Amino acid sequence: MTALSVKNLSKTFTMHLRDGVILPVVDNVNFDVAPGECVVLGGPSGAGKSSILKMVYGNYGVDAGAIELLHHGAIVDLATADPRTVLTLRRDSIGYVSQFLRTVPRVSALDVVAEPLVIRGVDKTEAQGIARDLLARLNLPERLWSLPPATFSGGEQQRVNIARGFITHHPVLLLDEPTASLDATNRAVVVAMIAEKKAAGVALLGIFHDEDVRNQVADRIVDVTAFAPKVAA
Amino acid sequence: MTEPLLRVENLTKYYGSRLGCADVNFELWPGEVLAIVGESGSGKTTLLNSLSATLEPSSGRTLYRMRDEQWRNIYELSEAERRFLVRTDWGFVHQNPADGLRMTVSAGANVGERLMAVGDRNYGHIRETALDWLGRVEIAADRVDDQPRSFSGGMRQRLQIARNLVTGPRLVFMDEPTGGLDVSVQARLLDLLRGLVGELGLAAIVVTHDLAVARLLSHRMMVMKDGRVIEAGLTDRVLDDPREPYTQLLVSSILQV
Repeated sequence: MTALSVKNLSKTFTMHLRDGVILPVVDNVNFDVAPGECVVLGGPSGAGKSSILKMVYGNYGVDAGAIELLHHGAIVDLATADPRTVLTLRRDSIGYVSQFLRTVPRVSALDVVAEPLVIRGVDKTEAQGIARDLLARLNLPERLWSLPPATFSGGEQQRVNIARGFITHHPVLLLDEPTASLDATNRAVVVAMIAEKKAAGVALLGIFHDEDVRNQVADRIVDVTAFAPKVAA
Repeated sequence: MTEPLLRVENLTKYYGSRLGCADVNFELWPGEVLAIVGESGSGKTTLLNSLSATLEPSSGRTLYRMRDEQWRNIYELSEAERRFLVRTDWGFVHQNPADGLRMTVSAGANVGERLMAVGDRNYGHIRETALDWLGRVEIAADRVDDQPRSFSGGMRQRLQIARNLVTGPRLVFMDEPTGGLDVSVQARLLDLLRGLVGELGLAAIVVTHDLAVARLLSHRMMVMKDGRVIEAGLTDRVLDDPREPYTQLLVSSILQV
């Protein structure tokens, strides 16, 4: 059984403002992620790791291939799904911790974290309680909880982002360098949180440049350089 | 929620021989926010005015699911039916609040007037509801008897939003709702709109040239150029992976702070 199955995915960018230059990104990407497994995308910068993550979340379109997700017991192809379906998949079946927080003016850190639960119909007070526990666990000082994160440091914003991504129980969770700006203490917290997600049967797909973290969380590494497009001679 | 609220089919509007917008097709579902972006003259306002029955299109249909679940072509409604939609089931937030408000009656009356239009005659209830809505758009209760003439631009815009939402509309049209406001005022308004739209489960069509507004408020977006929709899709997808040359130009023209 797989929670996420990526099949024959390929992607190019056409840069119309650069005289239509075509940038091949990846070709023939194939891998699966099972529930309870953490698969890490490996390879040097520029190999297309982030692009794959963005395709799997629907932020990038694909040229060919399928992204099959388990959604309420059925398999849905996110690559060809219409926008409404992608939004439903994101609400119920696939979560994403991006590298940078997109802040909304005036919304407090606590509400940023609680929002994914509120959208899913959880009572606001209850959602805020869970958000508090997560922020406390990630050692975000309590005096920051009621402030909008726009002025927070990189590490503080990243912890808000992690809490927001981990608060729901999406069966598939994508992680884009969640520990990049964290100190050792908080890296260890995130490693423990990832282990708990695995134990709960979540399928994780991530990018981790930190070798120490990668060794602790990865069950398998998928080498993205294997999907490098063949350059025509 | 198994049916759309609005269905637009081949909508085309010519002004004489000049094209306003052409061959627009889409569906809007309850709770969905659609942004229409494009530069001045791309046809976005023509489209919005056609969708809200302010303009009669040259061809095509806009079907709306009325409260009695009947699908109706909005251009074939009687004047009374159209007025009912405009006064209760729809809202229209204009870029310039003076176009959507009565500047010489009090703030409370601006909100109360929409309630009276749907038959509310209880003065106490009208005033109470008006006060509640002024609070929700963050206008202090002691300004209820002041005329919007004495309000700042941001306050006027918030009042216009309260006036539109007080009747519990299912669909709101917004034409550059944050245009012409200071950035700090824009942020407050956007946050307020985002909250209200989510809380009330409104469907909305927002015309904007500001891609940050589209990113913050909308689920889906359509990019218009020369009267036609050249690219459409999930807002994140269009902004992160724009395909069309013009969309790439728009996205790459955003100033980074």
